[in-house]
Amino acid sequence: MDVEDIEIELFVSAMRLRHGYDFSGYAPASLKRRVQQLVRVHGTGGIGGLIQRVLHEDGFVTAAVEGLSVPVSEMFRDPSVFRALRDKVLPVLASYPQVNIWQAGCAHGQEVYSLAILLQEEGLYERTRIYATDFNDAALAVATEGIYPARDARDWSRGYLEAGGRQSFSDYYSARYEFIRLDPGLRRNVTFFNHNLVTDKVFCEAQLILCRNVLIYFDNALQDRTLGLFRDSLVRGGFLCLGSRENIEFSAVAAEFASVDGALRIYRAGSSARPSTP
Amino acid sequence: MIRRSAIVMGCSAGGITALQRVLPGLDRRLPAPVVVCCHTGSANVSLLVELIGQVSSLPVIEARERARVEPGTVHVAPSGYHLLVEEDLHFSLSVDAKVSFARPSIDVLFETAADAWRERVVGVLMTGANGDGAHGLASIRRNGGYAVVQDPDEAEAKAMPLAGLRIAGADVCLPLDAIAITLNELCLP
Repeated sequence: MDVEDIEIELFVSAMRLRHGYDFSGYAPASLKRRVQQLVRVHGTGGIGGLIQRVLHEDGFVTAAVEGLSVPVSEMFRDPSVFRALRDKVLPVLASYPQVNIWQAGCAHGQEVYSLAILLQEEGLYERTRIYATDFNDAALAVATEGIYPARDARDWSRGYLEAGGRQSFSDYYSARYEFIRLDPGLRRNVTFFNHNLVTDKVFCEAQLILCRNVLIYFDNALQDRTLGLFRDSLVRGGFLCLGSRENIEFSAVAAEFASVDGALRIYRAGSSARPSTP
Repeated sequence: MIRRSAIVMGCSAGGITALQRVLPGLDRRLPAPVVVCCHTGSANVSLLVELIGQVSSLPVIEARERARVEPGTVHVAPSGYHLLVEEDLHFSLSVDAKVSFARPSIDVLFETAADAWRERVVGVLMTGANGDGAHGLASIRRNGGYAVVQDPDEAEAKAMPLAGLRIAGADVCLPLDAIAITLNELCLP
């Protein structure tokens, strides 16, 4: 074990013991890159300096968590996934009088708004509650505001149309200076709050859970824990949507999910994949 | 001479043609895994896998999250994700910010490969129009690995090999047609 690996382990311990954030189940190679990035961004001169700040400087933990979680989110990322949600999943959800959706690891919230647009266009939004969670408070603050750089709007508009959008994406935001502000009406049924997939528990019963490109950062044990949490949160026949390159097959709970669309990583809870009876 | 047990390759503009020239020359008995990061700009890597799979002497597959790095197999980084090699020789993916405007980034693959295989890895940097991969190649050399850079004079786009030579240097600088021969020599028993 080289010195840097030892330092990273000490840093992980400091975060856990001092602040309760446990990164020990994270895939080591990308965690290492993020720690190195934190050192560069905050000019701590090395991981030793980073540990000092985490231990002794009140408030630095927010910046550390923000750097370690590197929130990445786009509107309608992988439009074919949103197309499939629109065509295959929402019609099933429409049979429930009340729909609960959990967006886990919502980062800056772009995907939450994408989902809200989809629900609105399919006439489901009024009876839907979206729980959008992340363990990064700074990201949640951005998500709640719903203000994003205008330069992304063109890509997002293309994604919206490819996902089967029925209107014009520009109907959903107002542009001002270099920013776009998404229609605040899109979040009236959204609850943003802090939830940590590493340590927190089940809090709702959902018909659909989206958790895209979060599991890739976890090791096998933490992936298992998280998928177990999703299984326990889903109603029988409820849907799980993962990132398009995430593999459920190595997980201990794989047998408890049936594939709805293998390529798009949409699954259904209940090993027999029995159709839901709302 | 140290026998090398893994190969990582990076290329960008002109990369598909370059891979189609190099991969057929690899020995079928090669005991090393080959991991490729090529910026294709396309949304789906399956076309690249097909194009180089048709001519490669080794099987070509898309690298999958959590899967083991398999010897004698060419693994290609999926589009839109960084591909990382973990020290237990499994792949992991990330959607972290682009590096040198690229995701997948050659630097990310090479730097993690340098950590995972140390002196056992060969890094190969070929044609491309940007500077991605140069810092990764430097990491490989710092850890005792071996660096091969395509001769910039015959590269379809010179910028990437030139950046590699400037920032990392190389153990050998070769025309495309000599790269597979050298890789076979470095990795075969």
